[in-house]
Amino acid sequence: MSKVNPGRKPALTPAAFLVRGLVAGLLAGLVAFGVAFALGEPHVDHAIGLEEAAAEHLTPEEVAAEEAAAAEPGMVEISRENQKSFGLLTGTAAVGTALGGLTALAAAAVVGRLGRLSARGSTLLVAGIGFVAVALVPFVKYPATPPAVGDPETISDRTAEYFALVLISVLAAIGAVVVGRRLLGRFDGVDAGLIAAGGFVAVVSAAGLLLPSVNEVGAFPADLLWQFRRSSILTLASLWATIAVILTVLVGRLHDAVTADAQRRALAAGL
Amino acid sequence: MAHPSVAPVSGPAIKVPAVEIPTIPLLQLGTWVVFYGLLAMLAIFFVSADQGAISLPAGNAVHEWVHDARHLLGYPCH
Repeated sequence: MSKVNPGRKPALTPAAFLVRGLVAGLLAGLVAFGVAFALGEPHVDHAIGLEEAAAEHLTPEEVAAEEAAAAEPGMVEISRENQKSFGLLTGTAAVGTALGGLTALAAAAVVGRLGRLSARGSTLLVAGIGFVAVALVPFVKYPATPPAVGDPETISDRTAEYFALVLISVLAAIGAVVVGRRLLGRFDGVDAGLIAAGGFVAVVSAAGLLLPSVNEVGAFPADLLWQFRRSSILTLASLWATIAVILTVLVGRLHDAVTADAQRRALAAGL
Repeated sequence: MAHPSVAPVSGPAIKVPAVEIPTIPLLQLGTWVVFYGLLAMLAIFFVSADQGAISLPAGNAVHEWVHDARHLLGYPCH
């Protein structure tokens, strides 16, 4: 990366950030797949086993209704082997790539604008905020649920509430960065960051208290629920950690190349 | 940026290496955020919510295919 490349001038552009974010995100999706497959799938299988055991006690009318629903056009049955391998990989890779690109564009917005924080520091901070705002805050209020937990009647409400909290959390995080930056003139960088973080926690706590709670676990085994949820948050953490590390390295190297190029040009102009 | 200005130190000027990090104009970035943002949200929608709360297309093929990812990435599934 730092080699002299006379034909191309390295530049900090939105496209340069986005490409690096997509690469980091795709790799993060692969890592998250590995973590989800190794840690999460045993619990998903266990939960599906409980679901199927419960289905043996359905009345003939309920069985008939399920069979009629499955016979409607567009309904398919996908094997567990495909769901837990290629299906899971499709999901983690798509979400990882999408989030990697978004993180990179957010990093592009703040690099050079957060006081004396370096390009690497800013990128790492943005990815950390991304994990907290997009994954951790929604998880604390609406934790992941395994198969067999959750009432299908309420899926629309639960989906709307979940994404409402994601939206509030992301907007609060953006607001916290803007406010923290304004405080930089009056406070030390760390102090400004802590005040902004406090504001973020206050806003998402208020949102968490105001949004309705979900109580649909029923008689599902508590151990299995905890193990599933732990594997879910570890999957999300591995996704964001990979985005953070790879994007920080790639943006840092790009920044080094841009700086070296600018210094070379300044030196050449001064000769 | 908003750092208090420091009075120039007299004596031979020491050339301080520029630590200024170049920034990207936000207007230029905005176009990318809008177009890529829509694309990213579409991708996330298909993994996280399609054929649950909203169905596009009808049926359950997308839901079933990404079923495990939806559960393990923490999205409401069913």
